[in-house]
Parts: sequence; C-alpha cells; structure tokens
Amino acid sequence: MSGGTFLGMPAFPRNAAAAVQDSQLRFNLRKATHTIRGKRASVVAELPDWAELRAAGKEIKDHTLRNLDRYLLQLEEAVTAAGGHVHWAADAAEANRIVADLVKATGETSVVKVKSMATQEIGLNEALQEEGITAYETDLAELIVQLGDDWPSHILVPAIHRNRSEIREIFQEKMASYGRAAPEGLTDEPRALAEAARLHLRERFLSTKVAVSGANFMIAETGTLVVLESEGNGRMCLTLPETLISVVGIEKLLPSWRDLEVFLQLLPRSSTGERMNPYTSTWTGAVEGQEFHLVLLDNGRTRVLADEVGRQALRCIRCSACLNVCPVYERAGGHAYGSVYPGPIGAILTPQLRGMGSALDASLPYASTLCGACFDACPVAIDIPEVLVHLRGKARHPRAERLGMRAAGWVFDRPARLAGAQRLGARLRRFVPGRLPGPLAGWTDTRDIPDIPAESFRDWWDRTDGGAR
Amino acid sequence: MSGGAAGPDPTARAHAAGPDPRGRTGPGTGAATGGPGTGAATGGPGTGSRELILSRIRAAVAGAPEPGITRAYRTSPDQAGAVELFAERVADYRAVVHVVDADEVAGAITAALGRRAAGRVVVPDGLPEEWARAVRSAVEAGAVPLGRGTSGAGAAAIMRDAPALSAAELDAADGVVTSCAVGIAETGTIVLDAGPGQGRRALTLVPDYHLCVVRADQIVAGVPEAVGRLDPLRPLTWISGPSATSDIELNRVEGVHGPRTLEVVIAR
Ligand code: SF4
Repeated sequence: MSGGTFLGMPAFPRNAAAAVQDSQLRFNLRKATHTIRGKRASVVAELPDWAELRAAGKEIKDHTLRNLDRYLLQLEEAVTAAGGHVHWAADAAEANRIVADLVKATGETSVVKVKSMATQEIGLNEALQEEGITAYETDLAELIVQLGDDWPSHILVPAIHRNRSEIREIFQEKMASYGRAAPEGLTDEPRALAEAARLHLRERFLSTKVAVSGANFMIAETGTLVVLESEGNGRMCLTLPETLISVVGIEKLLPSWRDLEVFLQLLPRSSTGERMNPYTSTWTGAVEGQEFHLVLLDNGRTRVLADEVGRQALRCIRCSACLNVCPVYERAGGHAYGSVYPGPIGAILTPQLRGMGSALDASLPYASTLCGACFDACPVAIDIPEVLVHLRGKARHPRAERLGMRAAGWVFDRPARLAGAQRLGARLRRFVPGRLPGPLAGWTDTRDIPDIPAESFRDWWDRTDGGAR
Repeated sequence: MSGGAAGPDPTARAHAAGPDPRGRTGPGTGAATGGPGTGAATGGPGTGSRELILSRIRAAVAGAPEPGITRAYRTSPDQAGAVELFAERVADYRAVVHVVDADEVAGAITAALGRRAAGRVVVPDGLPEEWARAVRSAVEAGAVPLGRGTSGAGAAAIMRDAPALSAAELDAADGVVTSCAVGIAETGTIVLDAGPGQGRRALTLVPDYHLCVVRADQIVAGVPEAVGRLDPLRPLTWISGPSATSDIELNRVEGVHGPRTLEVVIAR
C-alpha cells in the first residue's frame, strides 16, 4: 500500500496541535467551511425531495457495492465495445506501472492532470517522475500546491491554507521553472492570479498529448465516465490530448445511466453549494478520435468492502460536506490527517484503506468528537460516527491505557473497593498534581484533572441520610 | 500564445461517437464472466489482477443482504414556468441572458457579436442557416481584424471546422456560436451533445466567448428529464455558467480555462 507523500507522518494529535497554532490556517479554514456550509444549506433546502434523493443515493451505492463484481464486468464490456481499453490494478504499484507504461508507449515525457484523489492516493506523480515522466497538475489549487511543493488540505479547495500573497509569491518564484513565467508586476488580486494561471497553463493544454484524469462516476450499463469540475481544466485535459488515461477506484461505479439523475443533484449541491457545477463532461469509450484507457483501482477497497460496518465508507462521493461541518477539521485543517482524504471521511477511510498499522492511522478514528454533524450532512448517509466507534474498537490501545482500564475495572467492580478508593482520593486530594507523570501525562496534556471533592457522594448520603439530616 | 506551439490537431473527427444504438449485447473482451479461478495468462497485463480483484469482491460481499432501491424523488417536476426559471437560473451564474421570440434570434445573435466586436467566430456544422447568416452579417459589419491570431490569420472571418481547426486556430478565435441539446430549468444548465450546430467539444472550450441559443422546447424542468432525453453514447458537456474558480481565499473568479463569457439567447 502506498501512502505517497504522507507516509511517516506523526499521529493526528501531534499534527493537530501544531496546526491549531497557525492562525492564518484557522482563519482561512473557518471562512471556507462556514461559507460553503451556508451555501450548501440554502441550495439543499431548495429541493423538496432532498431526503428522498439522499435515500436513493445511499441505496444505489449499497446495491452497486453488493454486486460490484457483476457491474465491473458489465462496465468493462461496455467500455471495450465503445473502443476503450480496460486495465485492472490490485494496488498502487500496479496502477502506477500501468499508467507509466501507457505513457511511455506514446513516446511522450509529460502529461497534464485533472485533479484526482485516486492518483494522489497512489502517489502517481512521484511514480511517473521516477520513470522520467513529468505530471503537470492543472487545477488552480493543485497547481498552487504543486508549485509550492506542498500538500492539499481540503478535498474541494486544496490550497485553502494559502492566502493570496503567498500564492503570488509561489507563482512569481516557481512558474518559470515549470513553463511560462508569471506576468511582470503580478498583483495578489484573485482575478490577476487566476489570469496568470490561465496563461501559464494554456500553452500546456494546447501542446500536451497525454492526459491523466480520475472520474466522479462510471456507468456500468453504458461504459460512460463522468467528471464534474469548475474551471475548465478538466475539459481541456479530457478533450484536447490524443490519449486519455483515467484512473478510477472500483467503488465509483453506478449501475445505470438513469442513476446520474440522483447523483448530479446530490454532488454539486453538497460539494460547492451550487445548483450545478460549471462543467460536467461525460464520455463513453474512445470519442472524437481519442485513445482511451481506463485503469480500475482496488488498492485496499476490497478490504474495506469486507468489513460489514466499515464498507459504507465506499459510498462516499467525495463531496467534502462532512469536512465543512466538522468542528475538529475546522480547527486542525486537512494536513493533520496525514492523507489525501482529510476530515471525517478521511478518519474512517484512510485507516481502512491502509490498515491501522502506523501510529497515524491508528489515531485517526479518534480525530472526532462523535458529534454526528458529518452524518447529517452526508448526501449518501454514511454513518461516520458509527464507523469511527467501530474502528476505535479495532485499534490497538497503548499499554498504559490498557493497564489503567484494567485497574479501573478492578475498582469499579465492587462497591466496597470503589468507596475505599474514593476515601483515599479525598484524603490525598491536596497532593494531586496538575499534570500526571509518565505515560499518564498523555491524558492531562489535553484535559484538566477534575477537583476531587472532600467527601464522596456516597459518604455524604450515608452521613446525612440522603440530605434529611 | 507563443506562435503555433500546437501542431494540427488530430482529435478532429466531428462527433465520432456516432449514432450507434444503445442496446448492445456482443461480448467486448471475450474474457468476461468466467467466475473466480479462471486463472491468469489469457493475455494482456493485469489479467491476474482482474481475477484477483473480482474474487476479493466476491469473498467480501458473500452472504451480504441485497439492498433494494426506492426512487421516491421527483422525476417530473412542474413544467409550467420552466422557460422563465431557466432564464433566471442561468443569469444567477452571471451569464448574459436574453429571452426573445423565435423570429428575433438572428437579430439577437448579430447584436451580441457586434457588442463583443467579435471578428473571428467559429460556426459549427449544422447551425441553422438563418443563425449562421446572422453571424456572417455581424462579422462583416464589424470587420474588426483583431490580429491576435497565428501569423496572417488575423482578419475577420467565419471559421468552419471542416477541415478540423487546430487547437491553436481555435485559440485565435474570438468566440463560437452554437445551439444545444437540452436546457435544465431548475439548475440553469445547458447540455451540448456534439450534435448538429454544436460541433466537437473543443469548439466551445478554447475560444474565450460562447454564445448559445436555446429553444423553449429544449428546456426541461429538472435533472431527471434531462438525463432521460440525453444519449450517453455521445460525448456530453453540461455547462452551468462561465468557468469559475474559488481556489484563492474562496473568492469567486469567473473564467479560468473555459470561455470567460457565456451569453445565452433563449427563443420563446
Ligand atoms: S463521507 Fe459523505 S459527506 Fe463526506 S465527502 Fe463522502 S459523501 Fe461527502
């Protein structure tokens, strides 16, 4: 399993502790999440049948996952019949190798890319680099992230941690080494920055012969792929190059063309809070003379599918609504999650995809207050709190915690032991430190120790006969 | 643009997806449905992984319940007022919208192109003759050679896509005039299907200005009716306003890579 750039990151609490000190990040995140949240709420309220659409979305996805083998075969047949080529990749390494070989076969040494979480997940850009192939991100935010040698921090607006003057600096310093330099006298006006990106990327779009994309949906019945976007860089990549390679997770499937009527209502409204995103492209097989390759990616998804509780995470359509309502995400930001999938969905998807071997992955199910806001916002009704609790049960707990729990169990097991412990605590209360020693410090680092009362409730009850005396 | 970087564009054939009918049953791969254990070694790379993934899926879902699908959402919202709603919602995306009678479309096209001083305009095959004439008269009346095209190609002209225009030629155009396949009132969306009067996808992508004519009978109330009317075997482009980004501090900027201006003429 590859985690690409994120491997070796410290666990969530340490990342988050650093992130909450970054006031620019917190300000940007708060503004972003609250703005999108408000827009989402108003366009969702516009549809009288939102609850029914949400229920249908959930059921269509569950039905698809239950019959995933059958629908994947149907998809393969339809794509092939329409002149496309289908490849199967069991893990990240295989997917990267397939894409690298396909690019090499064209004789090209560079590709343009549409923002795609699947290719970030498998670390495709880095893998291509090792093969001498340069991958250019074309989404404005991804461009900012790539030029800044940085990591994305939000599913929808990956560069939300950067402000305009930082972006201007990045453009001025880095654009030239990637192609057309930033214009002289570039200001930090968003319009000027967007124009700089337009000019920088246009030559690349017009001349690059190979594109790599992901997809939001694949239709088994017809073999159609669907990409939703805003800027038009997706259309450029999907339309102009001679060869198109799409890397898509196997869970992105929908059974029939008709199912789009549900998801094209759920996704834009949940994601950007718009009635519809500016551009949606659909294509079936090889169109307009283009060569088309589809790489179907497992990379841990079948492992998630095998977990009865956890498999609902595969319904996710990556709208990012759960990020925007999450109180933990709002303060900690996307980087703390140490994966391309941040926020509540990341907290349940990443540890399942990668397994909970590392400290980071084992800590992710705790990156939540279980408030349930994510569940309410989710357009496919993923019960994220339920999966979090389920995964917490599966994570290995540290030794100190297990010992402590065992000791607590011994005390709480018998009323006499508990009463004795409480009296002991009351007598020693002056000596309780503000911060616990040794491994127990982990607890007090993030909490205050409650004051121990001079007398326990039980003793008070006995002494006063329930307050009567 | 650094002159002529892109060579002639071979992605050219107009709507190659063609009219082949929906229902197809013939096996495409010859490999399908063997069930697990069909073994590897039938050919291309990844065959082993194909069987591996399929068998992992089968093992993962074995014994899981079969969920049903209830479609209780609206599939045919009220059609009344759809044209007005469409106009309002398209304008919400900061597109320029005109609602005119059917016999005023040509005049509206000429006027719009005149305002843009558009000298080099792409006209796809199959655009109604009357509209194409309107484009011609606007181009001739204005006759503003903008001179920003590739060498010697700056003069005002109607640009036809036969033989196929290169990406660089499209980049030198001032705009494109098309019809559409479907309009969706509730979301203010225009769908192009590369059919007559629309051309291949690049035509409405590379030029900076897109003028689209929508007939009232093409407008449906909601997304489900639109999906029902469209043919998935054609390449589709759903357009809701001009291209936009909110990537810089969440400030909306219209126009990044697609046309920065979208103008829509609705024929009542
Ligand atoms: S879990 Fe739900 S709310 Fe979160 S990104 Fe996925 S679909 Fe959207």
